[in-house]
Amino acid sequence: MRGVVGVLALQGDFREHKEALKRLGIEAKEVRKKEHLEGLKALIVPGGESTTIGKLAREYGIEDEVRKRVEEGSLALFGTCAGAIWLAKEIVGYPEQPRLGVLEAWVERNAFGRQVESFEEDLEVEGLGSFHGVFIRAPVFRRLGEGVEVLARLGDLPVLVRQGKVLASSFHPELTEDPRLHRYFLELAGV
Amino acid sequence: MEKGTFQIKTGFAEMFKGGVIMDVTTPEQAVIAEEAGAVAVMALERVPADIRAQGGVARMSDPKIIKEIMAAVSIPVMAKVRIGHFVEAMILEAIGVDFIDESEVLTPADEEHHIDKWKFKVPFVCGARNLGEALRRIAEGAAMIRTKGEAGTGNVVEAVRHARTMWKEIRYVQSLREDELMAYAKEIGAPFELVKWVHDHGRLPVVNFAAGGIATPADAALMMHLGMDGVFVGSGIFKSGDPRKRARAIVRAVAHYNDPEVLAEVSEDLGEPMVGINLDQLKEEERLAKRGW
Repeated sequence: MRGVVGVLALQGDFREHKEALKRLGIEAKEVRKKEHLEGLKALIVPGGESTTIGKLAREYGIEDEVRKRVEEGSLALFGTCAGAIWLAKEIVGYPEQPRLGVLEAWVERNAFGRQVESFEEDLEVEGLGSFHGVFIRAPVFRRLGEGVEVLARLGDLPVLVRQGKVLASSFHPELTEDPRLHRYFLELAGV
Repeated sequence: MEKGTFQIKTGFAEMFKGGVIMDVTTPEQAVIAEEAGAVAVMALERVPADIRAQGGVARMSDPKIIKEIMAAVSIPVMAKVRIGHFVEAMILEAIGVDFIDESEVLTPADEEHHIDKWKFKVPFVCGARNLGEALRRIAEGAAMIRTKGEAGTGNVVEAVRHARTMWKEIRYVQSLREDELMAYAKEIGAPFELVKWVHDHGRLPVVNFAAGGIATPADAALMMHLGMDGVFVGSGIFKSGDPRKRARAIVRAVAHYNDPEVLAEVSEDLGEPMVGINLDQLKEEERLAKRGW
């Protein structure tokens, strides 16, 4: 299948997401400008540097267009790490950082510390079972609004959440070869 | 909970892809870089162009300067150590820098041995001119590779040479029969397992950035077209007439390297670029790319 799933390709590990989708038989489209969103039913926002992705998405009109499409219910979203930060309504400590703001959550950047504190840990994901989590200067969801469901936690901290057709993870499923979360997202998006 | 694994190190480098990493010498410059959309900054006391001009032994920067830069921005902060100087690396790991560049821009501390990078939790990036050099550094534990180029010259020619050489050699490895790989590994002085990996996958096992002489948005986009994953800009930004504007332009040029309209737009009215140096005016001993092996 091609043309209905996009990966935001302004910066970050979008190639890994494309490869993950390819393993599921999906030829994903790279999105760098707002016109690239046409016809998409689902968009993945990759890991990377959230400040860079946020600035470029705002400048090239992607932010407004994605927000409109999500609000009218015609676009499903999956954000990993930096992507999850971009989706969130509030970014703790960085009120001015450009973001989409559709996910009713407060997200804290670099919640575990700098790179030397980055880690791998096995998680228990609701409905999927054990899942290997790769956390790199990872954010966590500090406060969640109504309608946001927690699908995985690390200790007490939510690290995978869902709100309708919007999915967000602190960790990087695209860095493992486990396709289950990408498959889960495609089902959520009705692809 | 496992920290400092190779997966965590190389995975972090993946997050820089499609981005620009900028040399900065003050917290104010770091803020300008972050505002322009840099994915990380390289904290230094002197940019390569000044190291070149002033001469003398170039060492790791004062940890105080690096810490001030770390406090000023929310993006990752890298810093350089001399080739082989593992104690400088221990110091940088202790202050919590996010990435270490074992760099030929500084004066080498060891002419024979590079740092054993497996000993560290913090990831390393190293320069390379060709496939053999890249694979030797990866075998030592480097989680990211960059071209050496020729730092502090504002001249992209060496970065282009190193990028093209790397890809030519990767394509050559792919064309070999499996029973020819050992002889090639011997020829380029690289571990067999890594040569085999490149043969099977058609790329380096880690992220590969361009560095050394990139001065304009067009230079940066050129390196992306040559198959680099992203770009380091050293002296090119803060030695130019309007750093804020040039930094912004280079970030956009890397994200939209395949879009000539965006490239034309961001290349306009950038003020003076850094003054460049032609490579034939450099004496052999002034070439930084020759440091390390």
